[in-house]
Amino acid sequence: MSQSFDEITAQLKRRHRKSARLKWMSMGALILAAAFLVVFIGDMLVKGLPAFQQAQVQVEVSYTEQSMQIPPAAVNDEVRNLVSRGYLRLIPGRMRDNPELMGTTRMEWVLADAEVDQYLKGHYTRLSDSQKRTVDRLEEAGRAELRFNTRFFTSGDSKMPELAGIASAAVGTVLTLIVTMLVSFPIGVMTAVYLEEFAPDNRLTQIIEININNLAAVPSILFGLLGLAIYINFFGVPRSTPLVGGLTLALMTLPVIIIATRTALRSVPDTIRQAAFGVGCSRWQVVRDHVLPLSLPGIMTGSIIGLAQAMGETAPLIIIGMVAFIPDVSTSFTNAATVMPAQIFTWAGEPERAFIEKTAGGILVLLAVLISLNASAVWMRKKFERRW
Amino acid sequence: MQTNQIFLLFCGVLLALGLAAFFMARAKATRTRASGTAMYAQPDQYAWFSVLTTAGPAVLVGVVGAFVMLLVGAEIPTPYLLSGSLVIAAVGLLFGMRQVRPDFHARQAIEKVIQVILATAAMVSILTTLGILISIVFEAIRFFQIQSFWDFITGTTWDPGASFLAAAGRADEAGSAAQFGSIPLFAGTFLITLIAMLVAIPVGLFAAIYMAEFAPDRIRTLAKPVLEVLAGIPTVVYGFFAAITVAPIVVDIAGWLGLEASYSNALAPGLVMGIMIIPFISSLSDDVITAVPDSMRQGSLALGMTKAETIKSVVLPASLPGIISASLLAVSRALGETMIVVMAAGMRPNLTANPLEDMTTVTVRIVAALTGDQEFESAETLSAFALGLVLFVVTLALNMVSVIMIRRFREKYRSNNL
Amino acid sequence: MNQQNADIETRPTHKHERTPGEPVNRNEDANHELSVRVRDLKLWYGNNQALKNINIDIYQKNVTALIGPSGCGKSTFLRCLNRMNDLIRSVRIQGLIEMDGRDVNDAKMDEVALRRRVGMVFQKPNPFPKSIYENIAYAPRMHDLVSRKAEQDELVERALRDAGLWNEVKDKLQEPGTSLSGGQQQRLCIARAIAVKPDVILMDEPTSALDPISTATIEDLMDKLKKQFTIVTVTHNMQQAARVADYTAFFHLGELIEYNDTRMMFSNPHTKKAEDYITGRYG
Ligand SMILES: Nc1ncnc2c1ncn2[C@@H]1O[C@H](COP(=O)(O)OP(=O)(O)OP(=O)(O)O)[C@@H](O)[C@H]1O
Ligand SMILES: [Mg+2]
Repeated sequence: MSQSFDEITAQLKRRHRKSARLKWMSMGALILAAAFLVVFIGDMLVKGLPAFQQAQVQVEVSYTEQSMQIPPAAVNDEVRNLVSRGYLRLIPGRMRDNPELMGTTRMEWVLADAEVDQYLKGHYTRLSDSQKRTVDRLEEAGRAELRFNTRFFTSGDSKMPELAGIASAAVGTVLTLIVTMLVSFPIGVMTAVYLEEFAPDNRLTQIIEININNLAAVPSILFGLLGLAIYINFFGVPRSTPLVGGLTLALMTLPVIIIATRTALRSVPDTIRQAAFGVGCSRWQVVRDHVLPLSLPGIMTGSIIGLAQAMGETAPLIIIGMVAFIPDVSTSFTNAATVMPAQIFTWAGEPERAFIEKTAGGILVLLAVLISLNASAVWMRKKFERRW
Repeated sequence: MQTNQIFLLFCGVLLALGLAAFFMARAKATRTRASGTAMYAQPDQYAWFSVLTTAGPAVLVGVVGAFVMLLVGAEIPTPYLLSGSLVIAAVGLLFGMRQVRPDFHARQAIEKVIQVILATAAMVSILTTLGILISIVFEAIRFFQIQSFWDFITGTTWDPGASFLAAAGRADEAGSAAQFGSIPLFAGTFLITLIAMLVAIPVGLFAAIYMAEFAPDRIRTLAKPVLEVLAGIPTVVYGFFAAITVAPIVVDIAGWLGLEASYSNALAPGLVMGIMIIPFISSLSDDVITAVPDSMRQGSLALGMTKAETIKSVVLPASLPGIISASLLAVSRALGETMIVVMAAGMRPNLTANPLEDMTTVTVRIVAALTGDQEFESAETLSAFALGLVLFVVTLALNMVSVIMIRRFREKYRSNNL
Repeated sequence: MNQQNADIETRPTHKHERTPGEPVNRNEDANHELSVRVRDLKLWYGNNQALKNINIDIYQKNVTALIGPSGCGKSTFLRCLNRMNDLIRSVRIQGLIEMDGRDVNDAKMDEVALRRRVGMVFQKPNPFPKSIYENIAYAPRMHDLVSRKAEQDELVERALRDAGLWNEVKDKLQEPGTSLSGGQQQRLCIARAIAVKPDVILMDEPTSALDPISTATIEDLMDKLKKQFTIVTVTHNMQQAARVADYTAFFHLGELIEYNDTRMMFSNPHTKKAEDYITGRYG
């Protein structure tokens, strides 16, 4: 006769405790991972949100002959160091464009220096005590405040934090990704169609398949070496341009698109192919008219994910020189350009504290775009998911 | 500018020829058909065939010509090349028109061409691998012509400082010769990878166990996207996080414990890299754990095993090949990860096992070597390719082993959802 | 078309007043100590009722066979006996399943302890991806049934001998369990189940995935094992039920239609439905 329930239950106590421990540990791991995400996003928000605001001060600007020659003279010396040098530098130009300004003196809201900006945001600043008192006074009088930072979205890079923006990097990203997708999407889809629908099952096909899987796992920086040695040094594609960046990223995105497309093609049941063959379609017609349309959502989802990956890639672009300083937006594929993650990298290396918030601000923008891209891919997968 | 205009002109003429081919062939085929002759193919198919015969050879000639120019260095003036190509297009057009015959299988011909085009596209991925290999190997060979291979793999000092002088033929001016002993770089790389794995494997694996075995559906559907977001964060962002947030925390904690830590300590990039890899490990492990057939779990539970015992003694051993394979892939990722270490680890080659000191990695040195102002021919620049070669070989080997292991696992359980 | 009538139509064979759960006829060769008592058992998968008012007494050291058309709830019933249904989220259970004086579904009952005493053999052999030896030694070691290596070796050998597998595997105990043939794997699973010394062994179509010779071996085995264990088996094979079972229960659409001495069930069934099923008129 075996043991009774009570005996067994008593023996089991210890084992149940162990079992519970595994459950809590594994749950803890998941919570830990989620906590990392929360801490990380929180940290970026705290550091980056201030970047969307920028200090402005109201000062008296006198447009005189002297300020035409020496722009800083346009504002009185008490507040001179509180105004952005970038703004002052523009005064002669504005006077040339608007001659009626000459001789007038106006109260104007002007861009404040980054140090004032940091001071108003409560961060460490290099302002002297008397300058701080001046800013306090201006603030009390309602003559210094934080406003929405449009410039961050409309201007290019600058050595002065208060002037720096992400526009040129954003445009560079768009140009680069256009090249990337123009190259990798057709080649990727064609490769996948070939492998799934046409390729004979021979050694070459197997080599191609193994090769694609390996390519997906090659460290990204090595693609940069390829871009440098082959595109730039051998084919003479101009350095630092969206063209060479896009071509390099295209090779990295290729395996992602191929693998996603193959999965999508494979999920179309063979019965559909047989039905189409049955009504006399040729192999290509079957693919073009039946298989491809049915797998399009899967292909698009995979491509969006590939696009998002390419958008966040930095290492290979550094190697091919896309970390250039680009103050002006350029819309050419063959001019030097930078991309969002490269801009983030550049700013992260700047010594001024004000650039930390620019960096985090840029990160927030990039993350917002990436998360919406990925979310739309997930949404598409859900919406068009089909069970056969 | 001159070349650009010629090129535009070429494209325009080619486009016009193509359009002409399309409409002329279609018209001819329609006429033939209207006259009551039965044809093998549709007029549109003849039209497309003519377009192919017109544009295909012409473009091919252009591309081959360009390649010959680049490879052999032969100077074929661009206008000659392009006009030659246009002549070929015209010939192709005539040929295409001739082929608009009732007994010509235009559709089959088109499909042949399409298949060739698809196969060519499939070769691009092979070319990419070859491209990586060639670009790295050739430059690496040049490096090893200047520097001894033996010193490279056994040397413990990495000091390329004076190599640009050597390249400029002024080696004697440098105080000491450049040294390229890569051991400190690999030591740094492996230490940071080790730290990352110590974070990522336990957390990722346990998270996967929770998701696959314990979590109610609601949490599962919530946790998957969270992990996907974690996986979609660009590495440059992780790098910033490591450098600006984590490294100072590490220094503070170390100070509080009475230890001295550098601001570019190896711990911060290691930890953050670990976080980056968590979703990678957890999603791959989740896949293999759920692929273990339920009959295994039931068999164990029916013997009076608790859930944890079932997981530990049956599920995990069964999915071990998959988990190891995922971990190997993760190691390969960590070895090749660049941005986090470039931003948060040091630049100084430092042979130490203390993760609180600053140290550098292979990828950091590759970036440093290629972003400086050196001549491309300098030993330091070329050293980047030698390091890249080692990186390529190591990651390739890891990937291969991992692929073989996962294939074994899949065959064992014949699950097709991996 | 007279379905209702068929339900009511019974043949007057019982000599004494039966309690619900008792078989229609007693098998005088069988043991009649009670092992599991099931009263008014109802089970739902979500809103779909899979078991309706099941009453059955299962006796110790017998083979009880469950037969019935596909989808009638045999496996569901079997899984109730060791609470394997707990693994299916949508399941809801009412009624009493009593073993050793305890309600199996009671909140205080530990399902792990229950499964220690009620083992299970599945339709498809499912050896663990471990060595033959480990397949068997694993559970007894966890249950502290053995403390020394020698004891463990002895227990493994006993279980394999009882399962009739010892002679075939004694030279390759360290090879993986999956390297055996299907029939051997199934006997390995039986050996694994008996190694933890349960009271009851549940078998869900244990031979349906096997060839005739392996099937015969396992049938012989069941006959031997019933000296030590209570066996409840599901089968689609009438001959098998007739050969191995002392009592047979016929299920139909979630109901227990007839519970009877096996010989009577197959020679002179009590209900019309059972007769139709057994004579192959449907199902
Ligand atoms: N996991 C489940 N979820 C929902 N319904 C289920 C589940 N398992 C079984 N059912 C339903 O319960 C009923 C009984 O199923 P069960 O598996 O017990 O039948 P069975 O008699 O064992 O059949 P078979 O002879 O085919 O094995 C069926 O109608 C089935 O659809
Ligand atoms: Mg069943």
